Amino acid sequence: MTESPPAIEASGLRKSFGKTEVLKGVDLVVERGAVLALLGPNGAGKTTAVRILSTLLPADGGVATVGGHDVSRAPNEVRSVVGIAGQYATVDEILTGHENLVMIGRLYHLGKSAARQRADELLEQFDLVEAGKRPVKTYSGGMRRRLDLAASLIAKPPIIFLDEPTTGLDPRSRQSMWNVIRELVESGITLLLTTQYLEEADQLADRVAVIDHGRIIAEGTPADLKSTIGNERLELEFAGSAELTAAAGVIGVDTIRRHEPDTKLSLAVDGPDDVRQILTALDAAGVKVADLALLKPTLDDVFFSLTGTIQDDAEGNAA
Amino acid sequence: MTAIIDQAPAHKIRRHNPRPRLRWAVSDALVLVGRGMRHTIRNLDALFMSVFLPIMLLVLFVYVFGGAIEVGTEYINYVVPGIILLCAGFGAAVTAVNVTNDMATGVIDRFRTLPIANWIVVFGHVVASMARNLFATGLVISLALVMGFRPTGSVLDWLGAVGVIALFILTMTWVSVMFGLIAKSPDAASGFTFFILFLPYVSSAFVPTDTMPSVLHGFAEHQPITPIIETVRGLLMGTPIGNNAWLAVAWCVGILVIVVPVSGQLFRRRTSR
Repeated sequence: MTESPPAIEASGLRKSFGKTEVLKGVDLVVERGAVLALLGPNGAGKTTAVRILSTLLPADGGVATVGGHDVSRAPNEVRSVVGIAGQYATVDEILTGHENLVMIGRLYHLGKSAARQRADELLEQFDLVEAGKRPVKTYSGGMRRRLDLAASLIAKPPIIFLDEPTTGLDPRSRQSMWNVIRELVESGITLLLTTQYLEEADQLADRVAVIDHGRIIAEGTPADLKSTIGNERLELEFAGSAELTAAAGVIGVDTIRRHEPDTKLSLAVDGPDDVRQILTALDAAGVKVADLALLKPTLDDVFFSLTGTIQDDAEGNAA
Repeated sequence: MTAIIDQAPAHKIRRHNPRPRLRWAVSDALVLVGRGMRHTIRNLDALFMSVFLPIMLLVLFVYVFGGAIEVGTEYINYVVPGIILLCAGFGAAVTAVNVTNDMATGVIDRFRTLPIANWIVVFGHVVASMARNLFATGLVISLALVMGFRPTGSVLDWLGAVGVIALFILTMTWVSVMFGLIAKSPDAASGFTFFILFLPYVSSAFVPTDTMPSVLHGFAEHQPITPIIETVRGLLMGTPIGNNAWLAVAWCVGILVIVVPVSGQLFRRRTSR
């Protein structure tokens, strides 16, 4: 890009908790103004990576700079350029939304009236003006996340970390969170977000890094990633395993993934033409399809195509 | 630009920026004390427990049990210092729950990302506890005066008594901070408050210790609450203090000298994972 160093740069990050090795050498680069999604299932090490990069956790080994500052040598400098919103909303339950933001603003040493003004601005921006007068414990999950994000923006940091911003939210709250994040990105910030949802990475990120068991196993644009798995997946169900085997023969086995009950196949397809071709071929070979569904690819599919194994963690499914 | 991360924990090498540190520390502390005060006012359970419970106990002991307890003087004059300490100790114990709440939820992470010294978060709880419990103590004393409590102490005695009570509140608050940092959940932390609540019963708070069975008597004589109560009682009512004043101060200072650094260590440990 330009001469300026990347906003976030990490290499060889390692971290263990007791005997459990959570990060086994993670490398990441996020250019200024870019959005990187760290995509992976529960327990892959996403949160640990974010906590290290945001100075909340010391690494056992490796190098990381954020905004040009070394996270272990200059944590204060790092803190002055980052905002963090976690998967566990880090706001005070007993205070109101407004009080939370004013308190944090004052702890950023904005001064009383500037802190109030900034709190009002952010409540406005995040559609929390009315809710701002109520204690946070009365908030819905989506409102909490928005307030948490607002809290991380008080000092207008150029770099934001978002740890699973929409996990556990209903589809509507997720949409509104995505809109808020898109607006932020348009304002030119650098964003590193973690997610279990392929769709979220696709919607928000310029680049995606897939993390699994503490290692980055793939990195590229969402288009790169999707080209390895296809835009959509066709799931075909057959009456029995004999039909399944016949169908596998007709289609060609390389893109096929068998499901548990030996009557289902799923395969990457690229639009309706693909589907028509497959169905026509099956029809011509006399293989009857009992049921079919066209699905958006999930994290499972990403992992299947990258590692060839189905994740044992069922929570990796997109909602 | 980049450097190898060594094993040095982050907390040892933070805060070397040229900001006027002391000024900001005072301002940060005021903001966080304000937070603690808001918590007290909003959290009706805690307010009820630390203000109304002692008042109810006062009424109970004076009007229900008082008639049957013979201590050689008006029972209200005997029991009020005990009630004051019970109130202060229990009210301070609530701090444990507040501290655990901060640690167990993500709130502490938010504070840790701010340009403030982390210990100010704990400091905010300690000062709020002092204010809350001195207020509750004042309320209990006022009510006791209305109910017929007739202290004989001079202004100087009163100042001394308030000083001892404040030192006791500070000590109990820090012990609570330590338990709050140890406890994994607010429920566990609130269990601790009950332990503190019962400690004054096995002291000279409500009955003279020589009326207790020998084992209990030994414990009651040598646990820290007894010299503190005897000191406050002596200052307010003119009963003999002896070396109780020194013992009381020694207990409090001794406990603080251990508990404050231990809490600091626990706090660092809990905020580095």
